[in-house]
Amino acid sequence: MQNQYEKQKQAKNKIGIVDTKKSVFHRVKQVSTYTLLAIWALINIFPIYYMFTFSLKDNGEIFGQNVIGLPQDWIWKNYEDALNVGNMGRFFINSFIVSGVTILIVIVFSIMATFALTRMIWRGRKVVNSTFMLGLTVPIHAAILPVFLLLSKLKMLDSYESLIIPYAAFGLAMAILIFTGFMQDIPKELDEAACLDGCNTWGILFKIILPLMKPAMATAGIFTFLSCWNELMFATIFISKSEYRTLTVGLQTLTGSYTTQWGPIGAALTLATLPTLVIYIFLSKRIQSSFVAGAVKG
Amino acid sequence: MDKMYSNKLTIALLLLPAVILFLGIIIVPIIMSTYYSFFDWNGITDMKFIAFDNYKELFTSKTINFKQSLLNVSLLAVLSVCIQLPISFGLALLLGKGIKGERLFLSIYFFPVLISTVVIGQLWLKIYNSDYGVLNVAIRALGFKDFEQSWLGDRKVALGACVVPILWQYVGYHMLLLYAGVKGIPQDLREAAMIDGASEWQVNRHIVMPLVKPVLQVSVIFAVTGSLKAFDLIYVLTRGGPAHATEVPSTLMISMLFTRMRYGMGSAIATILIILCFAFAIIIKKVFRTEETDAKSIRKAKASKE
Repeated sequence: MQNQYEKQKQAKNKIGIVDTKKSVFHRVKQVSTYTLLAIWALINIFPIYYMFTFSLKDNGEIFGQNVIGLPQDWIWKNYEDALNVGNMGRFFINSFIVSGVTILIVIVFSIMATFALTRMIWRGRKVVNSTFMLGLTVPIHAAILPVFLLLSKLKMLDSYESLIIPYAAFGLAMAILIFTGFMQDIPKELDEAACLDGCNTWGILFKIILPLMKPAMATAGIFTFLSCWNELMFATIFISKSEYRTLTVGLQTLTGSYTTQWGPIGAALTLATLPTLVIYIFLSKRIQSSFVAGAVKG
Repeated sequence: MDKMYSNKLTIALLLLPAVILFLGIIIVPIIMSTYYSFFDWNGITDMKFIAFDNYKELFTSKTINFKQSLLNVSLLAVLSVCIQLPISFGLALLLGKGIKGERLFLSIYFFPVLISTVVIGQLWLKIYNSDYGVLNVAIRALGFKDFEQSWLGDRKVALGACVVPILWQYVGYHMLLLYAGVKGIPQDLREAAMIDGASEWQVNRHIVMPLVKPVLQVSVIFAVTGSLKAFDLIYVLTRGGPAHATEVPSTLMISMLFTRMRYGMGSAIATILIILCFAFAIIIKKVFRTEETDAKSIRKAKASKE
């Protein structure tokens, strides 16, 4: 069977070489494929290019002399303004704190829960698991009022916790989903061997399973980071003091006060995108595959 | 070991943190939202039970114009499925054939998905700016002065102007999912069809399409529920204005809750959103389920061949 296919394929190839008409057709097709791909790439990149270039221009250039070209003199002062006057530095640190702590909580809580859901033996596992999975479909805003009332009752509005707690709660579902797929692939024999060596449940979890879960933790971490870093609605409603504002809200207020000067706004937007870009450059494959895994399993 | 793994106390301790967080921030609040939606309440005075009056008012009041927001969000969902997905699928097919520079294109297409929607919104605000925005500048330079617009300020075009960046941002996401689906199809299946004389179009239509249906289903669910949840970009671009032209349920909900202090009414919108999200997820799954069996039978046939 296999051989026959091979032979036929070879025969086809030979025909391909002789048949010049076909190769011209092939050429045209290839060129048009690349043209299409390049056009879409351009559509994708242009707004980002526009953002980066106007972050380094003054109003004169942005508004007429040089709208889409590269900046004539590169005005790095825009970035200084964004950081100092626009207070972007503060917002940056806030976003890092909030995302960092959230990632930590999500990973620890989810790993423990996933272990109970995939390894431990008890009735009701399925029900609990599918309840967690509801978190994937529920719109985050649907909970905003009760959470707001809860936080204000606990006097926790205007603090890092007011964002970390809801972000962590909404990150659990995805992390548990990712961890479940991963933990199921770890052979049970490992647990048994560890058990014979005298490990208890916690020992197995932290000494045997945890080290094997590093790639899954990276995936869950990336997901959580992106959703915290980019979240707007909770951050707008729960934070009113400028000292706790995260980047997204900070950007909103910054552009409100800087309506006439576009340069620093562009600089702030570029700065806010930078961490994501750096992570993406180093981890593009992992990020892409984690998005696929997260979606297809969900 | 089984005995150790059925220890009730350990199980409880492992689950407790996640369960508390999940119940306290998601499950209970959703129940509370539904509960509040039956009351007239501004957060300060006493709650007054009014049964379904909030819902009635939502669907009849001309000033709230909830229907408009539902229409807008349906339009967004339809456009996502009919414009965004075909573009994504087309790109996925082109890339999935295995061409040079495939990784580079993939990475470029996916990047906008990762950028904060606030950044994208602010950026498009600049692009749409009626005096200096790059769009109007380009239109002027090309000599189509009549097409110059105040893109986000004009009721007639504002919704369209809001939809473009949303579609633009997420094409890459669906492209990635579908690309992974296309790549997952065994190469010999494709070759076998080609040898049997199938054109590329036929291969795509009869081999690739049925096999990526499960992924397509996920994409459709995300496109629809994602549209229902749309908030960030619209909030940044127009806040639902001008005159409700770009209002979507979530922006309407936020303004009900936190500017007009109508907690009951806002909760009613939240409840409707939850119901819609789940309903659409289930409906889409049902629609695809009947067709999914076809794909499975192909896979089975292939497996038995080997």
